[in-house]
Amino acid sequence: MIRLERLTKTFGTVTAVDHVDMDVPDGAVCVLLGPSGCGKTTTMKMINRLIPPTSGKIYLNGRDTAGVNEVELRRSIGYVIQQIGLFPNKTVEDNICVVPDLLGWDRKKSRARAADLLAMVNLEPATFLKRYPKELSGGQQQRVGVIRALAADPPVLLMDEPFGAIDPINREVIQDEFMKLQAELKKTIVFVSHDIDEAVKMASLIAIFRDGRLIQFDTPDMILANPIDSFVADFVGGDRTLKRLRLVKVADAMMSDPPRVTAEDSLDTAAAKMEEHGHISIVMVGPRGRARGMIRIEDAKTKKGLVGEHVEPLPGMIRVDNDLRNAVSMMFSHGATWLACVDDDGFYKGYVTQRGITRLLGANYRA
Amino acid sequence: METFHFILANLPVIWQRTVEHIMLVSVAVAVAIVTGVTIGILITQSKVAADRVLYVAAVIMTIPSIALFGLLIPVLSLIGQGIGYLPAVIALILYAQLPIIRNTYTAIMNVDPGLREAARGMGMTVLQRLRIVELPIALPVIVNGIRNAVVLNIAIAAVATYIGAGGLGTFISRGISQTDIRQLITGALAVSLLAIVADFALLALQRFLTSPGLRD
Repeated sequence: MIRLERLTKTFGTVTAVDHVDMDVPDGAVCVLLGPSGCGKTTTMKMINRLIPPTSGKIYLNGRDTAGVNEVELRRSIGYVIQQIGLFPNKTVEDNICVVPDLLGWDRKKSRARAADLLAMVNLEPATFLKRYPKELSGGQQQRVGVIRALAADPPVLLMDEPFGAIDPINREVIQDEFMKLQAELKKTIVFVSHDIDEAVKMASLIAIFRDGRLIQFDTPDMILANPIDSFVADFVGGDRTLKRLRLVKVADAMMSDPPRVTAEDSLDTAAAKMEEHGHISIVMVGPRGRARGMIRIEDAKTKKGLVGEHVEPLPGMIRVDNDLRNAVSMMFSHGATWLACVDDDGFYKGYVTQRGITRLLGANYRA
Repeated sequence: METFHFILANLPVIWQRTVEHIMLVSVAVAVAIVTGVTIGILITQSKVAADRVLYVAAVIMTIPSIALFGLLIPVLSLIGQGIGYLPAVIALILYAQLPIIRNTYTAIMNVDPGLREAARGMGMTVLQRLRIVELPIALPVIVNGIRNAVVLNIAIAAVATYIGAGGLGTFISRGISQTDIRQLITGALAVSLLAIVADFALLALQRFLTSPGLRD
């Protein structure tokens, strides 16, 4: 865990960081966010003492870092910068092994680890180990920059706008890769960014800075739902509700345990179930519970026979682990007001409606 | 033709003078590398110091070599070494400073600040950063400065014969005083040839020392 206590930095008469208190739990990705000059980078650099604090304390796993030799401290913290900073005179392999070499690790062990790490970011070790940085594309270089920071397996990672210099398409890809890596490694990460979309995507916690002060520190969803003041609201953007769609899973927005009918039920049964729940349509499932189709209330009331004889296709199906952005997008593209929600095997789990999504997002604003 | 015969007849002497010349330049450049690279590294810490040091080194370069030899005579006479090997070496060391200091300083200052930041952030000490990052990257430019210094010194060492330091300049000075065109041409040819050979040898060394990751 990283704990900052009343952390302050002054440069002459300018206060760059002003009494910041913050707890970053183990395994969290904490994004420091704010306009340039807000103190976010200075705060991050005080953690590995690239900038010495003027006052205040920093604890890593309960240990006051003021008592630790700064060179040793930095070797125990991974560091990734926007300029990447791969050493052009060293091969990819030797770049990755910089910190293990400084720590005096066995060469065989560190080189084997370099190969493993390359494979983790989808760079074929046999091809890339002996290359020099100039022979890599920008995206490949940044991947190496990230795994270099992981080489000595530090529990904590500091990242200073690591994907800022990469073109938007590659940035998305690398962000996704990185999140996959993080899901596996569960490092405690402090990540500086000025990009709200990146923060919403990567963060488990967002810290918003302004003029050296930490003004809001919360989960991305809470920050988007309840910005503490107009500055935060402006910073996260007028489309913050749309941004939240990405954060909420279909499973959290759907009505679960919905009524259902099978092909062998009569239309009368279907009509009765719909009236009981106040619905205007009902999903028909297969023998084992997979969503197969639907019956409208007007058909159920006016026609005779079995459900199986009058079934219509579903307006759309979405998997429960998708986010609401996909759900809303599918509703718009299918012209539907609701979607059937299914799990990976196609079993019917519930439904989401436009009104339900609106109510869910609205509820947090009023709270 | 006459010159050709002279060269053939005097090969052992020419060889001996060449060795003297090389020894003079080698010792001077070896010392100049140690002092020049050290000074070049140290002045990267202070812009003011860098400006002053580079200015002084540039001024030394403008002193005519014969005048510098002259200036050293009274000073070194105090320890009984007014003429001969020692003042020659000292003068050559001084002339070699500027290209070496300037190239070392410039090369290190030109190292990408992102690399320095990465090196610090990963926990390198100042000396480790210098050894692992800055010097290897600066090396091609530093060797280039050394090349300049060597070629310069080979030329200036030819003048050192006037203060009794020997070397290939002996043929030139005697050629002038005895109006002997054969000796004059022999000396001039040998000095030029030596400079060219040294230049190519150092160019090869520079290529060899440059990391493949830094080659164009």
